[in-house]
Amino acid sequence: MTRVYVSKDMAAVALGADAVAEALSAAGADVVRTGSRGLFRLEPLVEVETPEGRIGFGPVASADAALVLDGSHPARLGDVSAMPFFARQQRFTFARCGVIDPLSLDDYEAHGGWRGLTAARALAPQAAVDAVKASGLRGRGGAGFPTGIKWQTVHDAPGPIKYIVCNADEGDSGTFADRMLMEGDPFCLIEGMAIAGHAVGAERGYIYIRSEYPFAIRTMREAIARAASIVAPFVLEVRVGAGAYVCGEETSLLDSIEGKRGEVRAKPPLPAISGLFGRPTVINNVLSLAAVPFILSEGGEAYAAIGFGRSRGTMPVQLAGNVRNGGLFEVGFGITLGELVMDIGGGTDSGRPVKAVQVGGPLGAYFPPSIFDLPFDYEAFAAAGGLIGHAGITVFDDTVDMAHMARFAMEFCAHESCGKCTPCRIGSTRGVELIDRLIAGERRAADAVERLPQMRNAVGGPRQAGQEIELLRDLCDTMKFGSLCALGGFTPYPVLSALDHFPQDFGAAAPISSAAAE
Amino acid sequence: MSATRNDRSIAGDATHANDYAAAVARLVEDFGDEQNALLPMLHALQEEFGYIDDLMVPAVASALNISRADVHGVVTFYPDFRRQPAGRHRVRLCRAESCQARGAAAIERIATERLGLRMGETSPNGRVTLDAVYCLGLCATGPNAMIDDVPVSRIDPATLDRLIEELTR
Repeated sequence: MTRVYVSKDMAAVALGADAVAEALSAAGADVVRTGSRGLFRLEPLVEVETPEGRIGFGPVASADAALVLDGSHPARLGDVSAMPFFARQQRFTFARCGVIDPLSLDDYEAHGGWRGLTAARALAPQAAVDAVKASGLRGRGGAGFPTGIKWQTVHDAPGPIKYIVCNADEGDSGTFADRMLMEGDPFCLIEGMAIAGHAVGAERGYIYIRSEYPFAIRTMREAIARAASIVAPFVLEVRVGAGAYVCGEETSLLDSIEGKRGEVRAKPPLPAISGLFGRPTVINNVLSLAAVPFILSEGGEAYAAIGFGRSRGTMPVQLAGNVRNGGLFEVGFGITLGELVMDIGGGTDSGRPVKAVQVGGPLGAYFPPSIFDLPFDYEAFAAAGGLIGHAGITVFDDTVDMAHMARFAMEFCAHESCGKCTPCRIGSTRGVELIDRLIAGERRAADAVERLPQMRNAVGGPRQAGQEIELLRDLCDTMKFGSLCALGGFTPYPVLSALDHFPQDFGAAAPISSAAAE
Repeated sequence: MSATRNDRSIAGDATHANDYAAAVARLVEDFGDEQNALLPMLHALQEEFGYIDDLMVPAVASALNISRADVHGVVTFYPDFRRQPAGRHRVRLCRAESCQARGAAAIERIATERLGLRMGETSPNGRVTLDAVYCLGLCATGPNAMIDDVPVSRIDPATLDRLIEELTR
């Protein structure tokens, strides 16, 4: 019987992989369901096991099962891992994703699984923390805080009870790496969390997954049950979110696990000192924890050997939106934005020119192609007025209206704000109103309060566009420095970058900063 | 909400309250009786009854030894928890940036026209609920939707017509 591999990743299923798997099974093939290789243009992808290795075909329709099995299907790709999109990657974290049966302990072990945990357990906890420090790994959720330092703080915190919490509330549009890993290689995350438990002295872990990821929830729960005896005495539990984007912020995530409204906590105290249930808590992103098994099995230095500046190791970059080769591309830091979007991504899917890319989700900046030479690096992106975030890149073609996207950023913030701090709760709504007036070209007259005699600094007559934009910048400043967390604090990034790079979309002929100075 | 409550007799409310109390007692066995059981319990109640009835709130509060205000606050904070029954089928269209970059706004416009519903509404015959979702993590193959529990990618007007036809038939 011919063995064939078909992905059961949610993205592949959304493109019809289940029907293809059924048709192959009906045609007599032995179907193994895997995670996704990560190039969605090829899904549903079928790989057929032959004496020369796996031969890929994709995309395949369910009616074409027989053509795939006799090798005559026209969409023959040959060895998928040798395709340029895959050959150019450095897959440290995603080495097994798309290759193995995600829930097979035998497959996991045969492909290097549990070696990191075995190595960690042979070390004293402090030595395991030191390995992570040596790797230079920084938080992959977006903030880029050194993971080893965080672990050290929890390791040093006194107390008999500590927790490991995995943030799998991947709500940023344009990102799907956490989902792919949990669906395609769940034991890798479990291993990383068990290593963290050993390193800091925690015996219990929680994985908080958003409810929009039903496939990942199912796969993780099953994987936890199967691996329970291997990671014991470490115990893991999946907790499911309930549609609140703000719960991706670490302190509101902790409150959500505790059974409360997902409101952001003021820091300090840091979660590392007083986190879940008031105990010292390591809270890391899926990708941070999933990078740990490699670091422990191959050594921190091997991980740190590639990268750029203070950004060490690899980043699973996600190419999304209007892009031809959309998917997951894991590569060392330092590759330029232009290489990612144009060379690897292949430009837009619509064939039109790229107008803007948004890096880092709804809170990330919009960049024009004129700064595509920017290297993928935490510091370089911060200096350019943006952020890497969770490394999602959303591509837009020239039909996009950037004033509309700036408005959407404010609207999204207003929709998702937890309501605890004023700049985010009220500022976002004022922002929507301001941008609406700009788009409509309305001139708002002074209101009753502004006309009071004591309001000497208020603008008397209808505000000019330049004055409205000055007000918008002032509002962004207040949100950026006055908000409790990144939701209100980073919403100004997409708004200001749209203003700075695409002033013509806001109805200004000249760059808007100079218009405001009139 | 008010329509549902007004239709019920006091005796009907009591029957519902008893059902809910029994369900909550069962769920305490699974999730424990501490506050951190609240979200798992609400998810399970919604799974079983289709929505979070206001009459469930006292039972849950008492089982977890927290105030009714705490439970109400959580139910109303999280968008997933519905306080009214949804339609028999749920269509959730993604509205986030990556799907916007691939034409989601046009798909949303067509869906609202074909179904005669605004986002967030349920059809009068209780057949379909149309909702927005902010990202399903399928960001390279949008526009995306979840039709009940089935994800669908690369939705174009023709696919949309076929899906709506299947749901409303």
